[in-house]
Amino acid sequence: MANLFFIFFSMILVNNYVLVKFLGICPFLGVSKKLDSAFGMSCAVIFVMVLATAVTWPLETYILDPNGLHYLQTIVFILVIAVLVQFIEIFLHKYMVALYNSLGVYLPLITTNCCVLGVCILNFTNGYNYLEALFCAAGSGFGFMAAMVMFSGVRKRVDAANPPECFKGLPITLVAASITSLSFMGFGGIMNSIFGIAA
Amino acid sequence: MAENKSKLSIVTNGIIKENPVLRLVLGTCPTLAVTTAVSNALGMGAAFTVVLICSNIVISALRKVIPDKVHLPCYIAIIATFVTLVQMVVQAYSPSLYTALGVYLPLIVVNCIVLGRAEMFACKNTVLDSALDGVGMGIGFTLTLTAMASIREILSAGSWLGITIVPESIDRFTIMGSAPGGFFTFGFLMAMVILYENRTNNKIKRSIGCAGNAEEEA
Repeated sequence: MANLFFIFFSMILVNNYVLVKFLGICPFLGVSKKLDSAFGMSCAVIFVMVLATAVTWPLETYILDPNGLHYLQTIVFILVIAVLVQFIEIFLHKYMVALYNSLGVYLPLITTNCCVLGVCILNFTNGYNYLEALFCAAGSGFGFMAAMVMFSGVRKRVDAANPPECFKGLPITLVAASITSLSFMGFGGIMNSIFGIAA
Repeated sequence: MAENKSKLSIVTNGIIKENPVLRLVLGTCPTLAVTTAVSNALGMGAAFTVVLICSNIVISALRKVIPDKVHLPCYIAIIATFVTLVQMVVQAYSPSLYTALGVYLPLIVVNCIVLGRAEMFACKNTVLDSALDGVGMGIGFTLTLTAMASIREILSAGSWLGITIVPESIDRFTIMGSAPGGFFTFGFLMAMVILYENRTNNKIKRSIGCAGNAEEEA
């Protein structure tokens, strides 16, 4: 049990996908201008990440690996994610219109969001079992949300500031992201002392 | 002669005018992640260039066959095939590079540059032009990555391509090798490019790659 919580929280704080592992930088920089859209996008990402892991883990473990088809991992995973996203979109459009209206615009983007494919592949690189993989996916999703929501606040301040001409816009945003990422490095030691497990 | 010039301009277009990383702001994830060492940047650039050239050729050759409604899944399947091939080759011939690049190698599939060039260029142009576009974009990507990796490796490890060039007595600026240094170097490099653009009156508006369009819709 402690192990599961360790994975969950270390994915949010220590191994944050956006700020430490550089996965999903495009939405992080592109959709974090407004708090609402940052929150909506992160909700969609959490949802798809957990579902994608729930589908790809058994697929790899019970179908690809026993048949020696491990090399097809990348192709199969990306197609599964693409189909899944399409399916979720249709399902939401038909049965949950309110949710579709708030998440709909972000769903097509998620197919090409590297953190979804990243979490599916990294679950196997780290050798997680099914439950651990699900917790890892949820933790990564919430980590993504934490980074997005926090950074949309940082960005509001940065946009109001007056940097040198050449730093205006994207460059100063990247420098702000660098400082946000620096603050996340401080969490490294905390996890070990709370759970007593080396990361 | 005019024909030759236009072919050449397709290649240089990707290196300078439409540099995928610094001007189009595409493919930011691998740019930040693999630039901790020059060797990784070169490896990533080479793998990426091969995938881009091959996928551009195939997509452009099939551009009249692929139905418009399902073009995106078709492109992804084509790109994923080449990524898998490159993955196998790298794993076989350079296991150390394979470990160093880790998850970012399969993640070329979802790299917005590859998909973006398929959408913007390969589906509208001839096979030869698309191949040249792939070459240009690949070189542009590799050069930018190498420049970033050089800054980060020299500052954080005091070496370039593994060769120590800064004497041991000077303290290393290790933060440049970790995540914050990546963001900072990228921001700084982009600021320098913008400074140059402002000096030469050549300003462009930057939107952030694949996510930029969606926000306009939302």
